[in-house]
Amino acid sequence: MNETILLAILTIITAATPLVFAAIGELVVEKSGVLNLGVEGMMLVGAVSSFTAVHVTGSATLGVLAGMFAGVMLALIFAFLTLNLQSSQVATGLALTIFGVGVSALIGQPLIGVAYEGLPNVQIPVLSQIPVLGRILFSHDILVYCSIALVIAVSWFLRRTRAGLILRAVGDSHDAAHALGYPVIRVRYLATMFGGGCAGLAGAYLSMAYAPMWVENMSAGRGWIALALVVFASWQPSRVLFGAYLFGGISILQLHAQASGTINIPSQLMSMLPYLATIIVLVLISRDHGKIRRNAPASIGKAFHPTT
Amino acid sequence: MISLQPRAMPSKLMGYLAPVIALCLTLLSGLVLFAILGVPVGQAFHAFFIEPISTLYGLSELGVKAAPLILIAVGLSIGFRAQVWNIGAEGQLILGGIFGGAVALYFYEIDAWYVMPLMMMAGVIGGMLWAAIPALLKTHFNANEILTSLMLTYVAGLLLSFLVHGALRDPDGYNFPESRLFHDAALLPIVMEGTRLHIGAIIALFVVVAGWVLLSRTMLGFALKVNGAAPRAGAYAGFGQKRLIWFSLLLTGGLAGLAGLFEVAGPIGQLLPTISPGYGFTAIIVAFLGRLHPVGVLFAGLIMALSYLGGESAQITLNLPVAVTGVFQGLLLFFLLAADVLINFKIVRKARGQL
Amino acid sequence: MFRKTVLAKKLLAAATGLLLTTFSGILSADDPFKIGFVYVGPVGDHGWTYRHDIGRQAIEAEFGDKVATTFVESVPEGADAERVIRKLASSGHDLIFTTSFGYMNPTVKVAKAFPKVKFEHATGYKRGDNVSTYSARFYEGRAVLGTIAGMMTKTGTVGYIASFPIPEVVRGINAFTIAMRKVNPEATVKVVWVNSWYDPGKEADAAKALIDQGVDIVTQHTDSPAPLQVAQERGVMGFGQASDMSAFAPDAQLTAIIDNWDKYYVERTLAAMDGSWKSEDVWAGIDSGMVDFPEYGAMVPDDVKAAADVIKESIVDGSLHPFQGPIMDQNGKVVAEEGTNIDDGTLLGMDFYVEGVQGTLPK
Repeated sequence: MNETILLAILTIITAATPLVFAAIGELVVEKSGVLNLGVEGMMLVGAVSSFTAVHVTGSATLGVLAGMFAGVMLALIFAFLTLNLQSSQVATGLALTIFGVGVSALIGQPLIGVAYEGLPNVQIPVLSQIPVLGRILFSHDILVYCSIALVIAVSWFLRRTRAGLILRAVGDSHDAAHALGYPVIRVRYLATMFGGGCAGLAGAYLSMAYAPMWVENMSAGRGWIALALVVFASWQPSRVLFGAYLFGGISILQLHAQASGTINIPSQLMSMLPYLATIIVLVLISRDHGKIRRNAPASIGKAFHPTT
Repeated sequence: MISLQPRAMPSKLMGYLAPVIALCLTLLSGLVLFAILGVPVGQAFHAFFIEPISTLYGLSELGVKAAPLILIAVGLSIGFRAQVWNIGAEGQLILGGIFGGAVALYFYEIDAWYVMPLMMMAGVIGGMLWAAIPALLKTHFNANEILTSLMLTYVAGLLLSFLVHGALRDPDGYNFPESRLFHDAALLPIVMEGTRLHIGAIIALFVVVAGWVLLSRTMLGFALKVNGAAPRAGAYAGFGQKRLIWFSLLLTGGLAGLAGLFEVAGPIGQLLPTISPGYGFTAIIVAFLGRLHPVGVLFAGLIMALSYLGGESAQITLNLPVAVTGVFQGLLLFFLLAADVLINFKIVRKARGQL
Repeated sequence: MFRKTVLAKKLLAAATGLLLTTFSGILSADDPFKIGFVYVGPVGDHGWTYRHDIGRQAIEAEFGDKVATTFVESVPEGADAERVIRKLASSGHDLIFTTSFGYMNPTVKVAKAFPKVKFEHATGYKRGDNVSTYSARFYEGRAVLGTIAGMMTKTGTVGYIASFPIPEVVRGINAFTIAMRKVNPEATVKVVWVNSWYDPGKEADAAKALIDQGVDIVTQHTDSPAPLQVAQERGVMGFGQASDMSAFAPDAQLTAIIDNWDKYYVERTLAAMDGSWKSEDVWAGIDSGMVDFPEYGAMVPDDVKAAADVIKESIVDGSLHPFQGPIMDQNGKVVAEEGTNIDDGTLLGMDFYVEGVQGTLPK
């Protein structure tokens, strides 16, 4: 295999990983019937918190944990407002993003210009020595492996566990789930917190591995892309992975095409490609109405109040 | 223990009182926030809520800022009622700006009465065309409009950037990425001398009334409401699902496109690489803040606009960083959104263990 | 309705008049001189806006209590800019710096309404009696970087991460390329446009793409240190942008171009305070200190340092112009004959690549 292609694949993996984290978290949230549009805000607060923790303690582990914790805290605000106080999920999520952008900028003021060398790559012994495949598959930073593991775990959880079944039931019909005695609000709280933790993790990946630094608004819209990817995946975990790598892949390939100097298409039009490709692929895979309806959580975005 | 008990009927009183309660809570939490940051609380509140509208110019700017939000949010609130999730109004706004702006540049220096009406039509058409893509993909290919409309927003932004760096660039502007300044016939008439309050703000008011009439007095409005509650029932009212999707998206797209045209032909007066600070997204909050009702949207749009103007004042008079204004704005929205719970629920004390 | 407006106007005028008299009573004679800044990004962007804010702080450090500075950050270029500038002007600011190109028309418009307030607009070309323009000849700095890159590249291809295809950026690419090819005639430049001024992730991706395509030096006209961090990680080299970024890439930063507005801001403030301020068109380079450099990185050999210093000195003493003919564009057309320089007008609106840049310029 050509060395350039190999290296491009490594870049794609880095670019896709934060999207995978944020999207898989949001997928679980939406599967429970909650739509949280505040991913961008939670990512930013996660990014600044993990960078702060790394800067203060020097521990990457604490950094990752701090990012997740911060994401969960923001998600709790959202959960309280929407699940207890029945506020509109769409609007509250957007307000959460405004809030998160502000909070992260406030926390991050002393961190401007602070350097961090980034997460080390973990070379998996023996396996990473395999030619070509070894480098693609087995020599990344630890969070890349985590992102893949997380997708597999979520997929298994939703399909194979009783808790996953309950979560899906709550998302499909909260009234029926409630009638069956399932704790709708508690399930949604847990799912929302999980989503917040994942968004925080995505932020941690941004500020610790992808571009190890803190600058305001550094997520630059990736939270929105993650939201779109959940829809793209039609709520199936494996497709989240596909969507994130497709989007990341085309973003990187268009940069490569520019760098090769052989393609004479204006850069703005080149930059449109990942968005257009996502739309086109969505159109191609959306034609099976029944399948999407089965996967889409029916009561997404709707308020629930236990009546008994 | 405190818990919520559903009311038999939504409380009218709370409908009016809830925003007031929210405002009080915001002031209380602002007290804490500003005390922590060491900012004089009284001055902070003055800067946020009073100073921006203490002059006639300030009031006119409130109108300038609120007009696009209201225009778009009226459309969105009608669409959201029909469960059509167009979150790409920002992109439709940009296309309206491009189309309307292109007409203005095409008729550059032509002082004719028809220039402005043509620009408005072009703006509406631009927004509608951009919204027609998600509508078509939804009705024919079952593609989710959340994704398509959002992705098209990024495409629209890049398209505008492409055009102002090239075809629509000012030929005498040293190749900087902006168009010529529009000539007088291509600028919106000003309502109040010495300000930037343009005719678009008046049109936004008309749209509020029209939206209200549509929702409460027409069969279509009824169908929209019914469809939101139970998609099949809408068909009985004579409007199929597909027609409602088309209607909702085209309406929102057209209004967003008009808002975009008003921005470029009003306060901006030319095409720039960015023509909107995210009005299309902010309008989503405005729609819900206004409880998806056109009249509610009017007030919500004004509050939202005030919070932006207040943020600027706070930066200027108190040297607060923009981050603080973002946090404060977030708090305000949280309280406003949460307070509406009082309309449908009563707060009751419950004995422990009763749940 | 019309009548109501008139009445409201009268009432408000009376009220404002009352307020103004009260306020002017409070204000004493030795009020601080008020200076306002309008920023396009957040102060925390660590790039363009960050450097202007350092300049603002230099004013405060120099004049202390005699001045009071205000800034409004993240002001979008569009409808909001005019209101913010007007608010600064009407709230007693005596001197206002608007620090992005997109503020040009709003600045000029507000300046007409406030003839007593002095305005300084960065990087634009429209002036007025009370509107100056200022900008830095960053391309002079790019020539220094190009010289270093030409001498130090082993692969003969250098990567350039660019933001938007505006003349400022194109000028930088060309100055860099011309200087590079003077010392290394075979070397070429690969350009990647990211359509963003700062998006650390995307900038890092672009740096990786360029390195994967065989460049061994990365330079950038985007704000974040991300490309340099990638260079450090991949064992190649690069240049800092706007600030000294060596903390982010101690083994990779050869040198950097520092936007240094401090001196200019202090001078203009002084001029505005003592009444000597006049509308001017300032386009200053290395000699003024506006285009500044940090220490060379430890990996730069002495002969390269010496060559770079010669470039700096000859630009300062005028013996070298970065756009000194003969210069050919990409298609081999002569754009400057031997013995002539490209004039400032052409530089200001530059929209072509010179020979040695790969790819075509997006238009």
